[in-house]
Amino acid sequence: MKKPLSFRRKAINAIMFSATGVCTVLSIGVLFFILGFLLIQGGKFLSWNFFTKLPAPVGEAGGGMANAIVGSGKILLLATLVGVPIGFLAGVFLAEYGHAAFSSVVRFVTDLLNGVPSIVMGIFAYTLIVLRMKHFSAFAGGVALGIMMIPIALRSTDEFLRAVPASLREGAMALGAAKWKSIVTVIIPAAINGIMSGMMLNLARVAGETAPLLFTALSNQFWSPGWNQPTASLPVMIYTYAIAPYPDWHRQAWAAGFILLAMVFIVNITARTIIASGMSNKSRL
Amino acid sequence: MKAAIVIGPDARPSRRASGIIGLLRRTLNMDRFAYGLVSGCAACIILLTVLLAYELWANSALSRMKFGWHFFFTNTWDPIAGQFGALPFIYGTVTTTVLALLLAIPLGVGAAIFLAELAPPRISDAMTFLIELLAAVPSVIIGLIGIFVLIPILQRIVPVLKSVIGFLPIFSGPFYGVSIFSAGVVLAFMILPFIISISREVLLSAPRDLREAALALGATKWESTWQVVIPFARTGIIGSIFLAMARALGETMAVTMVIGNSPKIMASLLAPGYSIASVIANEFTEATGDLYLSALVELALVLFCLTIVINGAARLLILMTEKKGGR
Amino acid sequence: MKSEAPWLAQKAIVESDKATAAEINGSPKLQASGLDFFYGNNQALHGISLRIPALKTTAFIGPSGCGKSTFLRTFNRMNETLRHARMQGEVLLDGENILEMEVSQLRLRVGMVFQRSNPFPKSVFDNVAYGPRVNGTRRKSDLEEVVETSLQRAALWDEVKDHLHKSALELSGGQQQRLCIARAMAVDPEVLLLDEPCSALDPIATAKIEELLFQIRNSCTLVIVTHNMQQAARVADFTGFFLLGKLIEYDTTKTIFERPKIQATEDYITGRFG
Repeated sequence: MKKPLSFRRKAINAIMFSATGVCTVLSIGVLFFILGFLLIQGGKFLSWNFFTKLPAPVGEAGGGMANAIVGSGKILLLATLVGVPIGFLAGVFLAEYGHAAFSSVVRFVTDLLNGVPSIVMGIFAYTLIVLRMKHFSAFAGGVALGIMMIPIALRSTDEFLRAVPASLREGAMALGAAKWKSIVTVIIPAAINGIMSGMMLNLARVAGETAPLLFTALSNQFWSPGWNQPTASLPVMIYTYAIAPYPDWHRQAWAAGFILLAMVFIVNITARTIIASGMSNKSRL
Repeated sequence: MKAAIVIGPDARPSRRASGIIGLLRRTLNMDRFAYGLVSGCAACIILLTVLLAYELWANSALSRMKFGWHFFFTNTWDPIAGQFGALPFIYGTVTTTVLALLLAIPLGVGAAIFLAELAPPRISDAMTFLIELLAAVPSVIIGLIGIFVLIPILQRIVPVLKSVIGFLPIFSGPFYGVSIFSAGVVLAFMILPFIISISREVLLSAPRDLREAALALGATKWESTWQVVIPFARTGIIGSIFLAMARALGETMAVTMVIGNSPKIMASLLAPGYSIASVIANEFTEATGDLYLSALVELALVLFCLTIVINGAARLLILMTEKKGGR
Repeated sequence: MKSEAPWLAQKAIVESDKATAAEINGSPKLQASGLDFFYGNNQALHGISLRIPALKTTAFIGPSGCGKSTFLRTFNRMNETLRHARMQGEVLLDGENILEMEVSQLRLRVGMVFQRSNPFPKSVFDNVAYGPRVNGTRRKSDLEEVVETSLQRAALWDEVKDHLHKSALELSGGQQQRLCIARAMAVDPEVLLLDEPCSALDPIATAKIEELLFQIRNSCTLVIVTHNMQQAARVADFTGFFLLGKLIEYDTTKTIFERPKIQATEDYITGRFG
């Protein structure tokens, strides 16, 4: 004779699952909390000046962050040039050529590199470049962020290439294509959506990094032509303005924060959507 | 019925013949070049990491020679007198991390359980997407929210808390907003998404038959989760916690903006403090003298070693769980 | 000895017009001598020796795992892509040792169609043009001509001629396999290897492919591995029966199916195992 499920057990079931549901709602709530404040505060203080003017001297209103926006762009461009090729090519190596022992070492070391705190990367770039060149520069900042991009570039290339079915590789080789050619003309194109999305996510992550720039690119109140000067960047400006005692600077920090977060989120959502639609396309094969 | 255009060895024989030798040479070289290029990049990564470790080691030599192991136990940080001890920062880093973990683990593991076990797949995916967006929020922006939103909120909540548990030494003393406590809360925001997404994946990797076996024996969904799935995934969940810990240790901006930057060890959580990453961020560009710089680099070396060890252990634990599931 | 094999009555093929046993001993297109093949420590092929006549269709039959696919793949050195694969013995194409040839050149002369169709995620046109393109053909007009000819030989032209730039993945299973055949034919190979090309297809698609094989048989040496004995009986001039990595019997199709000389062959043909 089966006993009906005791009330106590049913209650525990309901309570515990409600509790976990609450946890989830709270966690998501944090996201909306952050988003909400940035939208309101940041949107409030956004102005045309923000995009076009240089920072004004302390106390004067009407300054902007034009140089920081351009500076961030320059630094990120350099970071992409440094980090993406190395990470991408190493990823091709792991997925297509590979070599049992060496590959595992590479994967392991890449994971370690990925876990290094960004501020330690900043110090690395400092000792490597700033100390030797004897001045701060956009170049050093770009290299610091570029090295941070390598592990994720490698991992996403590796994963998306390995997801290409072996039958495509065989098909290309059976038609007389040399290995490198089959990789370039068939395998990489088949995986390109995923790889590009991975790079976008990578860039979005690195775009928000502040710590490595604090002692490589430093900052600048003015324009910094070329690559060898201290250069302003959005994240560093946000930090500097937020901790300063001037309310006008606080307002600009909010505006900058809004822009930064908006860009990061747009890139993120685009990239994830591409990856998701790529997955559903595969099921047609 | 031969094709009209002839390709391959029969096509334009004379040009092809020499072309074949040329082709041979070229292809062999291209393949070798390609292999060299990609394996070179892979080797580059290993070299970079070794170089990183070396630079940290070499540039902290002055400080290591001078202070030796005492560096970790000395409670003074006096750049003017040239006395550097890491204890205040170790204390700050550890307490903020522990506090963040205490807040984030129950919330995070709870949410992971909900998303992996209870929520229907599409809702689970949508919510996980949102959580991953949270992980993408830059540290400096969380710091911004921390300064202008969180601290004012805490300034209202803390007096209420103090009236209840103010007798405890960790909740004594004045609260000025910037404090270890605020830093802990902000850090919890940052590590929450990691705990959730990794724990969720670890839970999902538990084989279906495990759950079904428990359910078939009459267990409630919660019981099957709590008594069967979680013990199975326990190692992996601990791994996710380690990963979150490693991340928390190195977190710089958000913490720096709300911790108060005071290199003193105080009993109360409501007092300002200083973390390893924060002191480096704040003082590096102002460091005068080689010893000062060297001491800061030694702190970076400490962070480096800590995160490597913890990350390594974490990956191992997660790997062990996924292997159990036969993934 | 078995007499009437009923399915032979359905054979639409040209009977042995010159497909005599003598042809097997003439100058072969492909020849294997004492071929051993190893996967690591596992020996998959034992001392295979046979000669495949030019411009004829040869089929390999046998139960699963008997090594017929492995043997097929040695002809275009596809086994080299596998780790721990080792080959001993000789394989000759027109008298030349294939191991001494440049592998890309070999694969231009010996093409392959796989068990599951594997079109590239590109357009129909780009799939068929792939072979000629990577091997040097650049001019648009040349490529267009090759693509049309190959698709016609594969009996697919009429169905896709207005959709050349659509993705190959949108074709049906049977169409994709014919596309793969067109793609293989585009480099004008002397030999076409087919590894169970119809095993994933329905009977109608299968019939279409068998018909196109019938059309191209006179311009190309065909070697086909098949699970389906009736298919071998329908399309092949010569048939080889494999068992446990050994070549048991190799003769004209008529002989194999009507008067096999070895008991094991007869047992397989009559369905006593396999």
